Amino acid sequence: MLFEPRAHPSAALRVLAPAGAVVAALALCAALIAWTGTGVGEAYALLFQGALGSQFALAETLTRATPLMLTGLAAAVAFRAKLWNIGAEGQLYAGALVAVILGGGLVDLPGWALLPAALLGGALAGSALLVGPTVLKTRLGVDEVVTTLLLNFIVLLFVSMMLEGPLKDPMGMGWPQSAPVLPEAELPRLLERSRLHAGLVLALVAAVALWIMNTRTTWGYEIKAVGANPAAAGFAGIPVNRVMLKVAVLSGGLAGLAGAAEIAGLRGYLTLDLSPGFGYSGIVVAMLAQLHPLGVVAASVFVAAVFVGADAMSRTVAVPNYIAEVLVAVSLLCVLVSSFLVRYRIRRSP
Amino acid sequence: MGEIADLLLSATFWAATLRIATPYILGTLGELVCERAGVLNLGIEGIMTLGALAGWMAVYQGAGLWTGVLVAALAGALLGLLHALLTVPLGLSQHVTGIGVTLLGTSLSYYVYRMALPQVSTPPTVEPFQPFAVPVLSDIPVIGPALFTQTPLTYAALAAVALVAWVLYRTPAGLAVRMVGENPAAAEAQGIDVTAVRVGAVMCGSALMAVGGAFLTLSAFNAFFFNMINGRGWICIALVVFASWRPGKALLGAVLFAAFDAFQLRLQQIVGPALPYQVFLMLPYLLSILALVVMSRRAAYPRALMIPFRKGERH
Repeated sequence: MLFEPRAHPSAALRVLAPAGAVVAALALCAALIAWTGTGVGEAYALLFQGALGSQFALAETLTRATPLMLTGLAAAVAFRAKLWNIGAEGQLYAGALVAVILGGGLVDLPGWALLPAALLGGALAGSALLVGPTVLKTRLGVDEVVTTLLLNFIVLLFVSMMLEGPLKDPMGMGWPQSAPVLPEAELPRLLERSRLHAGLVLALVAAVALWIMNTRTTWGYEIKAVGANPAAAGFAGIPVNRVMLKVAVLSGGLAGLAGAAEIAGLRGYLTLDLSPGFGYSGIVVAMLAQLHPLGVVAASVFVAAVFVGADAMSRTVAVPNYIAEVLVAVSLLCVLVSSFLVRYRIRRSP
Repeated sequence: MGEIADLLLSATFWAATLRIATPYILGTLGELVCERAGVLNLGIEGIMTLGALAGWMAVYQGAGLWTGVLVAALAGALLGLLHALLTVPLGLSQHVTGIGVTLLGTSLSYYVYRMALPQVSTPPTVEPFQPFAVPVLSDIPVIGPALFTQTPLTYAALAAVALVAWVLYRTPAGLAVRMVGENPAAAEAQGIDVTAVRVGAVMCGSALMAVGGAFLTLSAFNAFFFNMINGRGWICIALVVFASWRPGKALLGAVLFAAFDAFQLRLQQIVGPALPYQVFLMLPYLLSILALVVMSRRAAYPRALMIPFRKGERH
């Protein structure tokens, strides 16, 4: 068996490959569902129904997709420059922590400034958290995969320390949670009687802005060049380290914003279960989208739909809702294979 | 200070250290074997989870403890094969594939556990490995009880260090592994099948990681818990860098790290509520980052690490 590079993969192939991969993932996971004794068709129908079947379901899916969009964009922008930011989870919590401090009135701010301060402060906290590992990478060659990952554990412990210490809500019945943010620091709801909030608009704006940056600006070009070949980019006069730092600020900022928006738009207060792994799922979202910002929008809705739909399904039939994580993981691996098949065709050995 | 000195001289402290170190020793060795062949394996966290579940499940179903260990190794090797097939012949990004393997390993383990035991709230237990006092040696003061009254898997981990070192440096297979990790083109010119060596190394390494996971369910504890690997795999990746890709130093790193972990547990009891307990829990992670920074200056990466190799393609 030989792999032969395709010179010019067609546009149709590029678009159809991820869709085909998702279908393949659904087929592979059918075996796990069949094991439970539930009909595969029935299970997937319930999953679809639960994710997109009603206005309520759709609003729930989009609510869940909002932080995934932001962490997905965070991963996409970093991975494009081959900055392997695996720390979006920690950056998200850092953003959320700063958002409850600024939005909760713990710092004296006028009412109109609370919301912008909470969102911007949250984003900056995320940025700051990624700048450290990036400097270690560019200056000392310390692998950023491990440092960003270890920082996730450190940030979560720090948040836990804050929630049991100085930030603990005295009205929280002894639970480790922060006091809620002030009403002025809340993002408006988009739909009545749903949890969907304006964070979705922020995420969509960020996606379009990144798409324009990637395709129309020097920044976008520099990031792509650094990702493709840092040595060549440096030789061509692109300040590689400075580009990496810009990418770190952007990527960490988006992940931090994801945390701040969850606080300001949805939760209102901070607990340690704010994120069911949005930071890690963001990596999957970015890969499903092949690092394309608009693709991230579609991929985050897909991943959110799988999680929301699986929850609804497991309430009706005996399929454990862990199927959602399996489905997402298998989808990721299938998309990786499909991206290979777009770039190469398989030839039988001569 | 006297208390701390007593602690560092006590046999129970060092016995605990070696116990805590065992999964790190096995995981680090496994990662080291993969990386020496040029493949970064970020799937370690998922592979350890699957190993912990597979080993425990086999014993829970009535198999012997050693059969459980074998089942864990086999499950790990299979998940390693998946990672290897995607990264070696297909040459896909080792970072992203590894994360995919971790997600798959953990989620699949949890799904299978829920399926097998749908309605349990307290995890069922099995009879784990019992400590085995080596005759004569365990009578040596301090060192004896610390080193020679461990469970068999800890002895196996120590033996694995010697075995991996011997294979890597003293056998043709080890030479092949090191060559494909340093210079695959040269290895191929010598008639070595780069793909086969890399796939084999990743499978063997993943089997070791999975046994590290199985240590937790079959030796340290006697049940499977959600989240039980709890970041140990990622620490192993940091320990490989700390060890400069050498088995002996990997053992040293794992033991130092575990000693630190055992130390902070006891320090917590001594210092008491003066400091929040989270500070102590943070220390191992901070220490790992610090070790990476210190070691990065002299890091001698296998030169072909993370670089895919395809026959006849130039880089």
